[in-house]
Amino acid sequence: MTQQTNNSAVNAYALSDVLAPAVLALSLGAFLVLGTGFANSDTIHNAAHDTRHSFAFPCH
Amino acid sequence: MFRRIFYTAMLAGVLGGAAISVVQHFTTTPIILQAETFEGGGDHDKHGTLKKGITLVSPAFAHGDKAAAAAGEDEAWGPREGLERTMYTSLANVLTGVGFSLILTACFALSGRQIIGRTGVLWGLGGFAIISLAPALGLPPEVPGAMAAELTDRQLWWFLCVALTGAGMWAMIFRSGAAWAVGGVALIALPHLIGAPVPDRLGGPVPPELAAHFVSASLVTAAVFWCITGWLAGTFWNRFVGEEG
Repeated sequence: MTQQTNNSAVNAYALSDVLAPAVLALSLGAFLVLGTGFANSDTIHNAAHDTRHSFAFPCH
Repeated sequence: MFRRIFYTAMLAGVLGGAAISVVQHFTTTPIILQAETFEGGGDHDKHGTLKKGITLVSPAFAHGDKAAAAAGEDEAWGPREGLERTMYTSLANVLTGVGFSLILTACFALSGRQIIGRTGVLWGLGGFAIISLAPALGLPPEVPGAMAAELTDRQLWWFLCVALTGAGMWAMIFRSGAAWAVGGVALIALPHLIGAPVPDRLGGPVPPELAAHFVSASLVTAAVFWCITGWLAGTFWNRFVGEEG
């Protein structure tokens, strides 16, 4: 429960401390989603076909 | 901080992706497989392309080896039906889950707010609204075989819609004042006023009842995915509060 107490003080860190890791995580996340959902390769398309349809990514 | 984001996103993404693979088995996958039995009827010679600007949703699955050979092309690799296809779909779900979790968790970090499992669900529903619900108004989830506009146009509109809906929701939720709210609504409405690309011609081979069922199955499945992933991400984010390195 001490963790929760710590977490309530979460605003203690500055945006500048968060910005670089957050941008890195956003880029990595976008890279993964673009790869599975949007990559214009027949092989990737066929492997991820049902995922693309189920998540409703624009697909072929 | 990156370690906290990364650990949270990996756990939430892998577990959320695995969980949604099970859900899809009962919701979207049976409809995709049924739709594929209607797909490609009479269109084999045309290699999935019916007319300029209109293509079948998944030509790779729409034609047999014979059609590919006749067109002088090698059939692209695809997983074998059954377990292999399920495994690749599950892998793609997990990678997509980790990708969305990284984005979601990065937003947790940027917000600087306390987030636990329950608030994580609200963030997840925000992701659902931005990634699944808003684009579905212009580009309804498509069964294999559906008629659709040019792929690049649809992808561009999808990105535009996601970006503007995300910006609009940020303005409405994290800023206060009527101007931000009105601006947020305008941003969310803008991609729909511009309009999503539409096919020149309608009338794919898949029965409309099946296509309609797929739309609801896809949206419900996406909502379940975002709730599960949001809860997991919020829970792990709170658990890894010490991992600020």
